Amino acid sequence: MNIALMLIFFTTVQGFAQVRTVKIEALTALLNNDVDSIYVMNFWATWCKPCIEELPFFEEAHVTFADKNVKVILVSLDSPSELDRVLLPFIKKKNIKSEILLLDESNPNSWIDKIEKQWTGSLPATIIQHNRTKKRLFFEQQLDKEQLFTTILSLLE
Amino acid sequence: MKSMMMALLLFCAVHAFSAEVLKIGDDAVDFSLKNIDGSMISLANYSNDKGIVVIFTCNHCPFSKAYEDRIIDLHNTYSKKGYPVLAINPNDPISVPEDSFDNMKERAKEKGFTFKYVIDETQSIAKHYGATRTPHVYLLKKQSGNTFKIAYIGAIDDNHSDASSVKERYLSNAIESLIAEKAPMPETTKAIGCSIKWKK
Repeated sequence: MNIALMLIFFTTVQGFAQVRTVKIEALTALLNNDVDSIYVMNFWATWCKPCIEELPFFEEAHVTFADKNVKVILVSLDSPSELDRVLLPFIKKKNIKSEILLLDESNPNSWIDKIEKQWTGSLPATIIQHNRTKKRLFFEQQLDKEQLFTTILSLLE
Repeated sequence: MKSMMMALLLFCAVHAFSAEVLKIGDDAVDFSLKNIDGSMISLANYSNDKGIVVIFTCNHCPFSKAYEDRIIDLHNTYSKKGYPVLAINPNDPISVPEDSFDNMKERAKEKGFTFKYVIDETQSIAKHYGATRTPHVYLLKKQSGNTFKIAYIGAIDDNHSDASSVKERYLSNAIESLIAEKAPMPETTKAIGCSIKWKK
């Protein structure tokens, strides 16, 4: 297990979430480790309206399934140069508690396929996978609460 | 719970089938879409050109905005060489009022668009082509008999936020390849963009 991964596991969230800026390898390390957890990895941005609309459901899932080894990770595709001006104030205002990673990669053509080959690049997009069994569902669309919760529950069974 | 699961599985299956869209080498589907000047535009408008740089884009999306000047430059450079830009706005103006036909005219005037900017009111062309985001490029190459084939699908370049830091000009390179009678390499690329706002 690499150091980036350890850090992600042991970061405790106090109040609203902190943001860690990461490279693509940190995300693939999370998706490829075989811990007995369900990862809900949502790709979003502050400028993306459907992303903001579905955000409360991910926050709700983070709370509802906290004791079920479900890890909600919100991967922001906002520009890293706008972390202080845009992303942090947004997180504070919305009081987001799920873990937030800011992806610092410039060329999406070089990394989108490493996350999910089906993904054409539109936002929002969400991977819900059981890391041990590698059962994975991918959604390149806005999710409603029922879709999100049903999918998580189906992997918990 | 069981029926919900079935519904979910069914939904995923339907979603997979709807992914049957145009690929590299396929014939471009014809269209008749309203331009900001009120005229209707179809493939026949391009009978004197060598190809068409079709870009699904819109007014509101930050990525589309970031590319506006580059799209203007592409049109200025390549329309002379037989590859004009055709910008298609596929978004539902009810969910995004900024992407209404009137606002398209407004934006084109502000930015001085010299290319055609048409609206895909029924969204059927975006669906047929398989566009999912803005901007999303389909480079068409003319065949004999005024049909067009899909030669390149994907991104304009590799850096949306900073035009001066671009290393790979995917679209320009693809057009240059067609001009040189070669196949674009790569033929497809990916980029992050705003999802197309489908009618509900």
